Amino acid sequence: MGPFDYTVLVPSLPFLWTGLQFSVHLTLIAMSGGIVLGTLLALARLSGPKPLSTASAMYVDLMRSIPLVMVILWFFLVIPLIIGKPVGAEYSAIITFTAFEAAYYSEIMRAGIQSVSKGQAMAGYALGMTYGQNMRLVVLPQAFRNMLPVLLTQTIILFQDTSLVYAIGAKDLLKAADIAGKNYNRPVEMYLFSAVIYFVICFSLSALVKRLQKRYAVLR
Amino acid sequence: MAMIEIRDVNKWFGRFHVLVDCTSAVDKGEVVVVCGPSGSGKSTLIKCVNGLEPFQKGEIHVNGISVGTAGTDLPKLRSHVGMVFQHFELFPHMTVIENLTIAQEKVLGRGRDAARDKGLSLLDRVGLTEFADKHPGQLSGGQQQRVAIARALAMDPICMLFDEPTSALDPEMIGEVLAVMQDLARDGMTMMVVTHEMGFARNVAHRVIFMDQGRILEDATKEEFFGTPRSERAQTFLSKILSH
Amino acid sequence: MGYNWHWGIYFDKIKGGEETYLSWLITGFGWTVAISLCSWIIALVLGGLIGTVRTTPRRWAVRLGDAWVELFRNIPLLVQFFLWFFVVPELLPEKLSLWVKQEMPAKEFITATVCLGLFTSARIAEQVRAGILSLPRGQRLAGLAMGFTLPQTYRYVLLPMACRIILPPLTSEFMNVFKNSSVAFAIGVLELTFQARQMQEDSEQGIETYLAVTVLYFICAFVANRMMVWIENRTRVPGYITAAK
Repeated sequence: MGPFDYTVLVPSLPFLWTGLQFSVHLTLIAMSGGIVLGTLLALARLSGPKPLSTASAMYVDLMRSIPLVMVILWFFLVIPLIIGKPVGAEYSAIITFTAFEAAYYSEIMRAGIQSVSKGQAMAGYALGMTYGQNMRLVVLPQAFRNMLPVLLTQTIILFQDTSLVYAIGAKDLLKAADIAGKNYNRPVEMYLFSAVIYFVICFSLSALVKRLQKRYAVLR
Repeated sequence: MAMIEIRDVNKWFGRFHVLVDCTSAVDKGEVVVVCGPSGSGKSTLIKCVNGLEPFQKGEIHVNGISVGTAGTDLPKLRSHVGMVFQHFELFPHMTVIENLTIAQEKVLGRGRDAARDKGLSLLDRVGLTEFADKHPGQLSGGQQQRVAIARALAMDPICMLFDEPTSALDPEMIGEVLAVMQDLARDGMTMMVVTHEMGFARNVAHRVIFMDQGRILEDATKEEFFGTPRSERAQTFLSKILSH
Repeated sequence: MGYNWHWGIYFDKIKGGEETYLSWLITGFGWTVAISLCSWIIALVLGGLIGTVRTTPRRWAVRLGDAWVELFRNIPLLVQFFLWFFVVPELLPEKLSLWVKQEMPAKEFITATVCLGLFTSARIAEQVRAGILSLPRGQRLAGLAMGFTLPQTYRYVLLPMACRIILPPLTSEFMNVFKNSSVAFAIGVLELTFQARQMQEDSEQGIETYLAVTVLYFICAFVANRMMVWIENRTRVPGYITAAK
């Protein structure tokens, strides 16, 4: 292999773009699904009946103690067995990441809900709100707001973790770079380029989160 | 010769002028109390004396050694200038006796046994011998501050700096710390004390320095200061503090 | 889709070989533990050093430390594995590059250990920095006031307390190292995840395979956790919690 040849990057750009789009889609879907599911898990754990609370805690602890790659492999193996037909790596990845991230988001939301003072919930009940109204209108908006920087940081981690769909061959940014590298016989340039893309995106996003945190620190 | 000499000291935190043309001196064996409202720069000034805070203009000499000059061996200088902090700053992971011996061994190079003997005799002096093997977290605030004074004395200091030694203490513990300080003063220790304890100043101090907004407004003998402070601000300060 | 359970699979011989699947799993477990422990040591040393440096008054050193942390934190671990395995050897001088590519013993293991070690060092550096900065500023001043030099102040005053404070987050980081070592399958290290995929393909008994591997990861996490809790209890400072809060 000769010296670096960056001219191969240009023709492979459209292909990498498709990969990046999948990475971003996967991140956004897993984030929204994960936060919704995670919030439900957190509520179940904090105020659900005993069996539900235990089940939620077990689910979260289980997910958090297994390597993500193994979770990806598990879902890819088990989903077809459950629904009875093969499913594509991309669909499997979406389901896996939503379920997996829910566990992490749930821990964040749990901390967030606990960060809202008890008096707030009391005030809601005193106004005659039901549990659902109280959560939806009083507690969760504050919890969400308090935890916004942490939720975003988790999402940056999630974006980085999507590269692990490599294990089941889903075509994300990294897999696209991998394939392009093999096609042009220039893997070094392609891996480097994908690293630069990941770095630029994650670095800018985390700089944004830092600014957000500073603004929040002033507001409080 | 003055033990501590402060000449035209100026210090800025960014654009904020914290110390303005401060000049004073503490003679050997003298006890000087520095007082003033919070934010007046008195804590900053005392931290400049042993070089914990850098200053941009002026000179400070301790026992003839210039503090602000680049080549000065600050650790060596500090090793014989004792300092007592507002929040005690004992090292929480060490036992009381270890707090007293660590710097004797690592800075002065004393042997383990000599350091321990010295430490125990000082603990006896502040009346805390039985706490030698406890950790600071197991002591009350007053006890911790007495240990902190003993820790500073263990280095055989030529002078002592006190940075609001009683202001973090519960009222009932202030007395025991002041008593130790009074003993020290009677034994002839050179002391510079930042404090609001005017009773201590009246009983023990030779001179009182009053600071406000980074300037030394009064630098007078105790009798002059408590008799007729010249500046209006010192008068208001005194009336506020004494009416408590 | 039916699934043919076969719990005896672990003791069956692999296709076209004399080994059992169990021996694959044991090999995988060994590599997982080896990579994790070796990179943990690298991470502790480097991370401790860099985290400490980031709290000193040396501006350039602080910047360098910040850059280190940002670099390793903003690139996915899997991409870092590929960089170390495929890209770094190309950047070396020609002779060294050839040696690394063709002759270096245990190439995959060394690459994986270095990669995971440096990746984790950035995370530890962040925690060490936070630990030191969480100490009251007076502690540093008290150390200096007693005549300690700056290195002595770190050695005797700041680091002993900072280390105790960051033990809980270090515990989860230690458990993360075992989890993260699974990504090394991608460069061909014969660790647990690699063996899991291989055994699943070879035996077609996916559930039994993954279950065994998952249990082995659990054991790693559990033992790592117990070890750290033991250290935490051993180094607890009497009276400190009540004094601090």
